[in-house]
Amino acid sequence: MEGLLLVGWIVVKIIAIILVLLLSVAYITFLERKVISYMQCRIGPNRIGPLGLLQPIADVIKLLNKEIIFPEASNRYLFVIAPIISLGTALAAWAVIPFDKTAVLADINAGVLFVLALSSLGVYGILIAGWASNSKYAMFGALRAAAQSISYEISMGFALVGVMMAAGSLNFQTIVQAQAGGIWHWYWLPLFPLFIVYWISGIAETNRAPFDVAEGESELVAGFHVEYSGAVFALFFLAEYANMVLISALLAVMFMGGWLSPFQGVPYFESLFAFVPGFVWLLIKLSFFLFCYLWFRATFPRYRYDQIMRLGWKVLLPVTIVWIVVVALAVQFKMGPWFV
Amino acid sequence: MTILQMIFYLFSAVAIASALFVVASNNPVRGALSLVLTFFAMAGVWLLLHAEFLALILVLVYVGAVMTLFLFVVMMLRVNVLSAREGFVRYLPFAVLLALIIIGLTIIAVGPKQFGLTSMPAPAAEVAGYNNLADLGMVLYTQYAYPFEISAVLLLTAIVAAISLTHRLPTRRKNQIVSKQIAVKRADRVKLIAMPSVKKINLSDKPSEAGEPS
Repeated sequence: MEGLLLVGWIVVKIIAIILVLLLSVAYITFLERKVISYMQCRIGPNRIGPLGLLQPIADVIKLLNKEIIFPEASNRYLFVIAPIISLGTALAAWAVIPFDKTAVLADINAGVLFVLALSSLGVYGILIAGWASNSKYAMFGALRAAAQSISYEISMGFALVGVMMAAGSLNFQTIVQAQAGGIWHWYWLPLFPLFIVYWISGIAETNRAPFDVAEGESELVAGFHVEYSGAVFALFFLAEYANMVLISALLAVMFMGGWLSPFQGVPYFESLFAFVPGFVWLLIKLSFFLFCYLWFRATFPRYRYDQIMRLGWKVLLPVTIVWIVVVALAVQFKMGPWFV
Repeated sequence: MTILQMIFYLFSAVAIASALFVVASNNPVRGALSLVLTFFAMAGVWLLLHAEFLALILVLVYVGAVMTLFLFVVMMLRVNVLSAREGFVRYLPFAVLLALIIIGLTIIAVGPKQFGLTSMPAPAAEVAGYNNLADLGMVLYTQYAYPFEISAVLLLTAIVAAISLTHRLPTRRKNQIVSKQIAVKRADRVKLIAMPSVKKINLSDKPSEAGEPS
């Protein structure tokens, strides 16, 4: 009975996380359209509900009501499994993200590895979708997306090695606690090159602009999900945005002090803002990175494919390797004020 | 049966079924995907053995990197299914013989005799706050430092060999020289030609009939 109760409680927590995540994904799509509209001197969606706020609900209803078309020559099972893999891996990684001092679903020792492993699994959703559709454009998009993900995963992993060394742990709570002591102790400063590399790789990993050649509509129609429609397309859409939120959360946790207050150690403000719960700080940091995703999309033109590969292998990877050596030396010789 | 045992049997069943499907499926892509599933199920079993680092590395390296590249190649091949099936009966006796030999060797090497609590006593219970990861790192860099370094050097050699093989002469690749691309000026690529937007018409000529409907 005890065990059953525990399982029930965990299931409740999982459902709560997923519901909040799905709702935020729906409103990020709305926010994206609005933000980009204002950046381009347009108004954006404003017809449905006050200020257009019900637009995402209408979109969801529309997507769910559309017919799901299975291409005649497709591989039926894999065609359906692909979006499930995409969304499943994007959601499962949330299990180890710490929201507050005690609020984390699974406080496991190898949390960073868990996230890395799951994000590398996400590639399969794209690859399988491209292959199972039995369409040229889908195949091209899948190959591009997969090659890009594999390349950037390496610099991403190496950037995380720096974080692991600095914190001396793979547990997210320990990593957050190791950054305690105010805004200048967060890892964005001592690990600045790794922070930038991780940020760029994160954008490339989620196949977002300016690295979105996998769905470059001018060349590939829509990339790997050309043949998908209705609810199964919505799953891919959800997975993409859930991954964006995840990467933003990881950036906030590993380089921006997670749920730590930015006023830690500041004489007057620390007590003034002491009442703010940790997850609000995390939310603010996360929202900043999410906004940057939209900002980049409205600002930068799409990279050429060979330039993407060059950036990943010849620029980001050497930078991370050099900085790992620097971090190792700093940790070994206890360089203050970060690694005491 | 506890929940842990149920999870174990679930993962094992998935592992065995998908491993069978790897060899049984006609389609190489589906075979490769079943291999992915096998790895994944085995990672689940390893997790139950408290080997979380190894399990996650299995997913990260084999599933995430090796099998993705494998799928990459397999997806772009057009394997003729019929020709792969040819000679099934002809080779069957040899295949059965080989399979029997391998099964026999496996049973001798890792048969039921080697297991059981007498030959493999249960490990001591973990102390609170036991860190599988720190332990593994400790062993890897002290007791097994030389094998670890040697395998790393071997891998490095393989990388160097692969790169030098692809870059050997004669070079038939066409590379972009990025410094040249960046240094390019507008005048190198585009030329602006002044063109009069209005043509002078000689009024003495008869007007063309282009404007009239035909």
